[in-house]
Amino acid sequence: MTTGPATDRPVVSPPSPRPPRTRARSGRDALLAWGFLGPSVVVFALFLVYPLGRTVYLSMHGNDIIGRPNRFVGLSHFAEMASPEYVQVLVTTLLFTVGVVLPGVAGALVIVLLLEGVLRGQKFLRGAFALPFAFSVASASVIFAVFYSPGNSVLNGILYRLGLDQVPWLTSQEMALWSIVITTVWMNLGYGVLVLAAGIGSIPKEINEAARIDGATGPRLAWDVTVPMLGPQLFFLIVISTINALQSFGQIHILTGGGPVGSTTTLVYSVYQDAFAYGTSDFGRASAQALVLLLVVLVCTVVQFGVIERKVHYS
Amino acid sequence: MTTVVRDVADDPVRTAPTRNRHRLTAGVVTGRVLLYLLLAAFLVPVMFPVYYVFAGTFMESRDLSAFPPRLLPSGLHLENVRGALDAVPMLRMYGNSLVMAGIITASQLFTSALAAYAFVFLRFRGSAVVFALFLSTLMVPAEATFIPNYLTITGWGLGDSHAGLVLPFLAYAFGTFLLRQSFKQFPRELYDAARMDGMGHLRFLWTILMPLSKPALTAVGMYVFITSWNMYFWPLIITRSADMQTLQIGLNSLKVGEYSNPGLLLAGAALSVLPTLALVIFGQRFIVRGLTAGAVK
Repeated sequence: MTTGPATDRPVVSPPSPRPPRTRARSGRDALLAWGFLGPSVVVFALFLVYPLGRTVYLSMHGNDIIGRPNRFVGLSHFAEMASPEYVQVLVTTLLFTVGVVLPGVAGALVIVLLLEGVLRGQKFLRGAFALPFAFSVASASVIFAVFYSPGNSVLNGILYRLGLDQVPWLTSQEMALWSIVITTVWMNLGYGVLVLAAGIGSIPKEINEAARIDGATGPRLAWDVTVPMLGPQLFFLIVISTINALQSFGQIHILTGGGPVGSTTTLVYSVYQDAFAYGTSDFGRASAQALVLLLVVLVCTVVQFGVIERKVHYS
Repeated sequence: MTTVVRDVADDPVRTAPTRNRHRLTAGVVTGRVLLYLLLAAFLVPVMFPVYYVFAGTFMESRDLSAFPPRLLPSGLHLENVRGALDAVPMLRMYGNSLVMAGIITASQLFTSALAAYAFVFLRFRGSAVVFALFLSTLMVPAEATFIPNYLTITGWGLGDSHAGLVLPFLAYAFGTFLLRQSFKQFPRELYDAARMDGMGHLRFLWTILMPLSKPALTAVGMYVFITSWNMYFWPLIITRSADMQTLQIGLNSLKVGEYSNPGLLLAGAALSVLPTLALVIFGQRFIVRGLTAGAVK
């Protein structure tokens, strides 16, 4: 392939010495570089950097009924977030995030460790566990909406068979959030399996062999040798899952619309409600919440970069 | 037990039958059975929704509500598919999703390849700083930019249009990051040889580097296509008419409109997931590469 365009030319050029890197040449390189970076830079400037500035501006302004900022309110939108209504939103966000991340990461870990013990068809099984990744938030939510609906017999029928009470999946304030958590864990499990499986693949074979020679087998081998070696991947997975959980939106919009009685309204959903739902266009208050979301995600990412940098140095 | 293992390990000629883990003691058998039971306990709930969305698509409404629950359709009933196609302009929405995901994927490949080329092959002042700034854009959750972007796009009169759907996503630093990794592996001698032959940067990028970077480009392309095909928040706020909405928003309309008919919901979900399911099944190698970038150094 590489010789294709140059077949009638010598592969090694005649001994014309490489031209020294002159100022003119590196100037041309720089110009070209900015030309190449240009398209990305324009998109980032218009749709990422400018919006951040405008979000800060909007968050400090009140607005009229169609969302035009009309008065400076300082930090009062942020102060409002201490009201019981918004504290509830933050608590819900926290519960949802922990509820999604812990079982999701633990489940993925147990699955990859079990897969390590499988002698045949390991790849096929891993692929099967990864299938939910193909499902969009909307399609997964719609499928679970069917499972949770009183008109479908699958979940309710199984519960009945087991002699258990019917669960008011989406209609009770206590249960609705956990029903969304179940849907989200199902959607994200495949990603965790792929990340951790890639991590196991990168563990040197000799380490396992050495452990085996020392008599470690099965669960002992997994817990004492494999899990500690997966440290960086587990950490990466926890951070990414946390960031994803904080940004969850579609499943809440489709399954509950934030209800019943606000019991599934997370931070992102609250931003949507204040800015876009019911024609409220309260862009000021929504922007303040969006900034809080940004801050939380930034902290997660910075922590991740900090820890991973350190890990890379000693490995 | 340990001594047996050590003896076998020290023996240069290992013969399979004498290896410890192949000897079927009662303990080993119990362990294996337990392992497979545990795996099944995870696999069944993970696979069940995947199975049921397709089985349910071909069920009659009686099958869906039958008690005890039916796991197989009573026949290949096509009412749900027809019903879903009638309830929302699903083919039109398919087209919208395809146009949106296609344009975003093509554009991100294009902008990322150019930017990655600049970072790897061109020397310019502040290269490292600019790259760090590129990476830092990945820390910003899209949701934090949606309000101003909504105002910008509608201000340009592009609300409820294909342009409005794609504009904020035409470039994304993740692709640049991944392609930069790949371009850095490119043999420097080959680059020097091409340059000495008087080949321009653009021609080198297009005729040599891109064809040789196909695996990385495929990984980025598939990842971008799936994530943009599955986008929900932005298409929900920027489109108004059913003619401009994407498939994902159509699914929500199906649910709002046909709450009492699980069959239509399942048929809609099944239709919407076919392209990405095909990509995940047949392109898993590439998907894994795109997904796990950053997780494994």
